[in-house]
Amino acid sequence: MSEFTFLYRGSDPSGSPEQMQKTMQKWVAWFKELGASGHIKDPGHPLERTGKVVKGNQKSVHDGPYAEAKDVVGGYTLIEAKDLAQAVELSKGCPILEVGGSVEVRPIRILNM
Amino acid sequence: MELSDHLFRREAGRMVAALTRVFGVHNLALAEDVVQDAFCRAMEVWRMRGVPENPSAWLMATAKNRALDVLRRQRTARTFAPELGRLLESEWTLAPVVEELFAANAIKDDLLRMMFSCCHPRLSEEAQVALILNILCGFSVDEIAGAFVSSHAAIEKRIARAKKIFSGSKRLFDVTAPAEFSKRLPAVQRALYLLFNEGYHGASPETAVRTELCHESMRLVVILLDHPLGGTPSSYALSALMCFDAARLPSRVDRSGNLISLFDQDRSLWDQNLVLKGLKLMELSASGPELTEYHVEAAIASIYSTAARAQDTNWQTIVSLYDTLMTIRPSPIVALNRAIAVAQRDGPERGLEEIAAIEDRDRLSAYPFYAAALGELELRRGREDAAREHFRTAQGLARNPMERRFLDRRMEACDRPR
Repeated sequence: MSEFTFLYRGSDPSGSPEQMQKTMQKWVAWFKELGASGHIKDPGHPLERTGKVVKGNQKSVHDGPYAEAKDVVGGYTLIEAKDLAQAVELSKGCPILEVGGSVEVRPIRILNM
Repeated sequence: MELSDHLFRREAGRMVAALTRVFGVHNLALAEDVVQDAFCRAMEVWRMRGVPENPSAWLMATAKNRALDVLRRQRTARTFAPELGRLLESEWTLAPVVEELFAANAIKDDLLRMMFSCCHPRLSEEAQVALILNILCGFSVDEIAGAFVSSHAAIEKRIARAKKIFSGSKRLFDVTAPAEFSKRLPAVQRALYLLFNEGYHGASPETAVRTELCHESMRLVVILLDHPLGGTPSSYALSALMCFDAARLPSRVDRSGNLISLFDQDRSLWDQNLVLKGLKLMELSASGPELTEYHVEAAIASIYSTAARAQDTNWQTIVSLYDTLMTIRPSPIVALNRAIAVAQRDGPERGLEEIAAIEDRDRLSAYPFYAAALGELELRRGREDAAREHFRTAQGLARNPMERRFLDRRMEACDRPR
């Protein structure tokens, strides 16, 4: 088993309360399915949309990230999967894809000492 | 933890009612923003961390904290609820006051206050109903347009205009003033009645949407009954009427989405619990001197709903109840229903005579079930050609595929050898 992160981008939740609840329930169902098949290492956390960016030798502090809303990472999950192909397959069930968002699937590099 | 159906929609109404109480009626838009914000937070957190034990409390607490933020940050730039005076200005009183306003029993009154505020006398009945659906029931413009078979633009305009009047009304309706309460109560009852009817008889082809409208109005009428000034005989009668009609909802449409007439419905599907509830409410409505249209309509609906078979219906009583209804709230639709009851009692010829005698029956000409009723009675007295013509007229007026299919089948019945 290898580990991966899912980074969720885009899809500022919006719509009527009823639509939001439906979207919400899709997420819950998706997570339940991932969990039941033993693929969730850590459900992760949502991230606030803004914070600070600290840069360079000067350690200058900026507001940010100043990315477009669709490019801001909104949260992450740690996934266990056989290989990248399987992790990608799992990510395809993510409801964020239905509303124009994306999931970035990144293998976690583990150094064997 | 699973979310109960329509939880977000219901919580939207509760939150916006509580927030408007704190922010003041002129800040309705701000209250709506805070509600949207609370839902966004919930989405972001719950989708990863799971739905909390008590999602309603979570949402309400989020809205409350956000309200405190807004009040602290904007109290010099904005004015908030005038009813709360200076209580929001000092840090000593701000948090306890807001805490109190978000307590569960306070929110129940907030919903009632909002319901009465939405029935502002300067708003038309349609606007009141749209506003209730939008603010208290959490329906979006699109969802309301879908339910009313209207365009997005038309509903958006209606709601925007209504909100402008609403926000300009200076303060929320005071539900503790008995004289004012009684004066506005009929408008509130009427709005809930229209909301229910839109669900029951409305033009939307989607049964699910319409059933929801019925359930929403029933939920709101319970809030009305729970209030010492709201639980009047007429409110009980209105609630009874809704129960009797709602009891028959499961059989009005068959599995393939076809409309079924009262005479052909599978009565074993009727919700007997709702019928019993209706009968209890009707008893509670029978006090005091006032006889309202809701009393009479509830009585009519109770007779339909308690007849074991269509032929067991007591048409004599129904006709005389329609006579009473014609004196309280005459309308061509009531007259048409009365004529149909007469036909049941005395035969199709008498029914047709009664229809011909309806004074303002030209006002029915766009109503598909007027032509359909004529067709039905002609068919019953063996004039298939005349019947077919009427059904064809009705067909041209049908408002959705469900009605059209129903009329198709009535036209087929004209061709069948009898």
